[in-house]
Amino acid sequence: MNSLSEKIAIAGIGESKVGKVPEKSALQLQSDAAHAALADAGLTLADIDGLITTPVRVEAWNMPCGVVASFLGIQPAYLSTLDLAGASGCAMIHHAAMAIASGQCHTVLCVAGQNSLTHKSRASAVQTMAESGAAHAQFEVPYGPLVASNYALIAQRHMHEYGTTPEQMAEVAVTTRKHALLNPNAHMVKPITVDDVLNSPMITSPLKRLDCALVSDGAAAAIVTSAERARDLRQKPVRLLGQGYGLSHSYVGEAPRLTHSGAIESGKKAFAMAGVTHADIDVAELYDCFTITVIIELEDLGFCKKGEGGAFVQGGRIALSGQLPVTTHGGLLSACHPGLGGGLFHVLEAVRQLRGQAGARQVPNARIALAHGNGGTIAIHCTLILAK
Amino acid sequence: MFPRPLPSPNALTAPYWEAALNGELELPRCETCAAFHFYPRTTCPHCGSQNLAWHAVSGRGEVYSFTVVHRAPSKGFEALVPYVVAVVALEEGPHLMTRLIGVAPEAVRIGLKVKVEFKKQDEQTRLPVFRALA
Ligand SMILES: [Zn+2]
Repeated sequence: MNSLSEKIAIAGIGESKVGKVPEKSALQLQSDAAHAALADAGLTLADIDGLITTPVRVEAWNMPCGVVASFLGIQPAYLSTLDLAGASGCAMIHHAAMAIASGQCHTVLCVAGQNSLTHKSRASAVQTMAESGAAHAQFEVPYGPLVASNYALIAQRHMHEYGTTPEQMAEVAVTTRKHALLNPNAHMVKPITVDDVLNSPMITSPLKRLDCALVSDGAAAAIVTSAERARDLRQKPVRLLGQGYGLSHSYVGEAPRLTHSGAIESGKKAFAMAGVTHADIDVAELYDCFTITVIIELEDLGFCKKGEGGAFVQGGRIALSGQLPVTTHGGLLSACHPGLGGGLFHVLEAVRQLRGQAGARQVPNARIALAHGNGGTIAIHCTLILAK
Repeated sequence: MFPRPLPSPNALTAPYWEAALNGELELPRCETCAAFHFYPRTTCPHCGSQNLAWHAVSGRGEVYSFTVVHRAPSKGFEALVPYVVAVVALEEGPHLMTRLIGVAPEAVRIGLKVKVEFKKQDEQTRLPVFRALA
């Protein structure tokens, strides 16, 4: 038995207002999320003795964990800044678990997010991401790829090898949008159809505007503690059952196969540690920076065979009433994508579903959830399996 | 004219950009296992050896994947839109990102045979791009 399994729980969750929030800085958004998570858990800042955060991309912070701690007015015994890009949200929970299990601290605040949308302009955010994101500064950036172009290269190859279609990718965008419409704190509030996705402006073929994640303001926070301590707190604890990492490459140009991701490894490890099977997963909060990402994650995590992800997302299978409800808060495509904080929202949603607090988008009797983060260009992955 | 981002070579990567300036595509090769790799690094990703050297390659390969960029990432690229960003699989094995020339964006296919050319950016920089063959 892995030493972390079943010993650690998520005891509190919170998010700031998301979408377009011009009146808040990155630190204010993070503070809002942190206080919401504390209130949810029935704790105060005085109870926090561990802090994990991520860098922001809109400002240069020296030692981000120190900047956030000092802004909140706490001096935690354990502090860490984590950057696994989009996999950071899931990885923060795992690092908190390790810190608690090894006795470094008792109660960890994980918080991330920023004002991606209103810090400068949407155009400026797109340029910053393209030039200092996942592309190699010398060998890729000079050719002019968007972040979306790196994923378009993946989508194109996946279509070539497996016959995946734009209509299948569009199904992911339509489903997350339906979910977002049931989420009172979502950036997007307008329903879309497959035709809307297919007719949205081509950004970088085959990806159209509605195949791409949002650029949002917002922050998310989770409070992690021991399963034992969580039992005495306000909310029903959500236990960590399994966790795994996987890395396949750092840059698109060196990826041996653009259709296969580190999710193969991260999923295998998480399922083995949790001791559950795919049939046990009631809801999967999958990282959805682009529509193709979800299709590849479904394959690589083992919910379907390689190459069958496109067919899997059709026919309502990933909808709330489907065989495997996916990204039920609306995800990065429709709810909120504020930089490295984006993937933490997926963890929060898994917790909400397991507590039975997801309101109109509640998956009935959700007992075991999978949350998955992806960083870089399907490069670095972190999978969590959580249970009520 | 808005500038486009250009490579800033360092000691590790300078041989690549110097070769490009002279119209040659050179890649790092491991002297222990004889495999090429890209990007340049100090340890062979295939066998772990640090015995690496630069060698000229054929400059021939085929399109492994591609995307037609319609929305430029910054003002400098707006004049080029739509342009084709591709990953080319070189005959010698490694993949690299590049731009395709000599082909209409709508005619690009995976598997298209391509050959390197060098496009002058400024006095210090020629960027390897790939021309579609036939
Ligand atoms: Zn070698």
